[in-house]
Amino acid sequence: MKYHWNWGIFFEQIKYGDETYLSWLISGLGWTVAVSLASWVIALLLGFAIGTVRTTPRTWLVRLGNAYVELFRNIPLLVQMFLWFFVVPEFLPRNLSLWVKQEMPAKEFVTATVCLGLFTSARIAEQVRAGIQSLPRGQRMAGLAMGLTLPQTYRYVLLPMAFRIIIPPLTSEFMNVFKNSSVAFAIGVLELTFQARQMQEDSEQGIETYLAVTVLYFVCAFIANRMMAFIEKRSRVPGYIAAAK
Amino acid sequence: MIYRFRLSLFLLAGLLATTPAFAQELSGTLKKVKESGTIVMGIRESSYPLSYLDDKQQPIGYHIEICNKIVEAVKRELEVNLKIQHQPVTSQNRIPLVTNGTVDIECGSTTNNEARQKQVAFAVTTFVTNVRMVVKKASGITSLSQLDGKPVATTSGTTSVQLMRAHEKGKNVNFKEVYGKDHADSFLLLETDRAVAFVMDDNLLAGLVTSSKNPQEYAIVGEVLNIEPIAIMMRKDDPAFKKIADDTIRGLIKSGEIEKLYNKWFLSPIPPKNVNMNFAMSETLKGLIKNPSDAPAEFYNKK
Repeated sequence: MKYHWNWGIFFEQIKYGDETYLSWLISGLGWTVAVSLASWVIALLLGFAIGTVRTTPRTWLVRLGNAYVELFRNIPLLVQMFLWFFVVPEFLPRNLSLWVKQEMPAKEFVTATVCLGLFTSARIAEQVRAGIQSLPRGQRMAGLAMGLTLPQTYRYVLLPMAFRIIIPPLTSEFMNVFKNSSVAFAIGVLELTFQARQMQEDSEQGIETYLAVTVLYFVCAFIANRMMAFIEKRSRVPGYIAAAK
Repeated sequence: MIYRFRLSLFLLAGLLATTPAFAQELSGTLKKVKESGTIVMGIRESSYPLSYLDDKQQPIGYHIEICNKIVEAVKRELEVNLKIQHQPVTSQNRIPLVTNGTVDIECGSTTNNEARQKQVAFAVTTFVTNVRMVVKKASGITSLSQLDGKPVATTSGTTSVQLMRAHEKGKNVNFKEVYGKDHADSFLLLETDRAVAFVMDDNLLAGLVTSSKNPQEYAIVGEVLNIEPIAIMMRKDDPAFKKIADDTIRGLIKSGEIEKLYNKWFLSPIPPKNVNMNFAMSETLKGLIKNPSDAPAEFYNKK
């Protein structure tokens, strides 16, 4: 293969301007981290709320929760991005629609964060439900028999244990958020994948570009993994669930 | 069997008798093509009217016709019959596919620039595009300087935004750039009022306008941000193959056939929708037809 290698390309200036390609990738990384962390917060809050609701005795709440999960789980993430960005604003009143489309600050970032947050929340809701349902029935009964209300039973008995059980799948989900944030390039968030495409087009050093971006994504996901591993270790209750090392 | 064996002996004898001198000279693409009996042509699926698929999914277009002529010349040179294999490429993978040997000749809409010349070679320029903007006529926008604080669309993975910033009229203008993932998406941004202008190669803009719902609503306006020579692409350091390509194009220019091809694809109704792009030949291309050149974009945009 006749490829012209140039590993110094990251320190070279872009074609029209005084930035370097490295500064493009770093700003892309910043947006990737921002989108991922912001949507992770949304996903955790909504995911825990909806997952919990799906295990309550209220049938209509359970159905609503199930519908929510199935809605967001069954549509591809990329399609959801387009739906939020291109389709939803068209159903708003004319003035609000124009405001969303032209004036709303950081509209791509907001749209991508909400979209990725909701998508991930459906997955977390499913894990939370599974976590709660994996607990022996007696736990809930004991809580209620002691005179705790239903919310108190969840708060003090069920959720603390369910959370510890689902830390491993939550770890994967946290890593997924970083990787899935790459889809946000499609609606114009200037994140890492976007900058990689831009850099490849501008510099024609595609292999170096994508190798660098691969490493950056790997590092992000790996840091997420280690953070969750730390939380898993610190929150462990000796003698309960996993054996202490 | 015997017949085939004798045939191959006959061919072998013919080969040895007629072409011993140049058999040794064959190298690069010509050697690869002769050995495999196949030439792989990189094509685009929707680069109207340079290279695209018709309603039967067959590649057609201005550059496809020119490439077919080049392949004919290669056949004459090698004195073999070649099978043409079409390989669809995208703007992301076209250069890797040429450098790694998957594609022998790329007949799409690739800008010849200095960065790319480090990886690949280009035939003499056969088309020139100007980077400009398309707006809705109702907006009254005719210049970059009117875009201050307004959302301007472009396609991710292209460098139009940097071009706008670098242009003297764009220096003091604060653009709010918005990005589509491909040209159709970017045009949608303009169509749905998320952007007031879309900056891109003018031939692509003309194509998008022509195929839009209300073509008369749009106008291509404003300063030329960059002049980009578009050319057929091949592997670097392969002078024998490049010479055949260049000579073929020079021949088309000399015989006046290139103008006929231009008229056929840019100034007449073309399939599949039978619309006319009405895209007159730019002054730069007229000049290049008088004096063919494979100079990169930087040559035309000296500041």
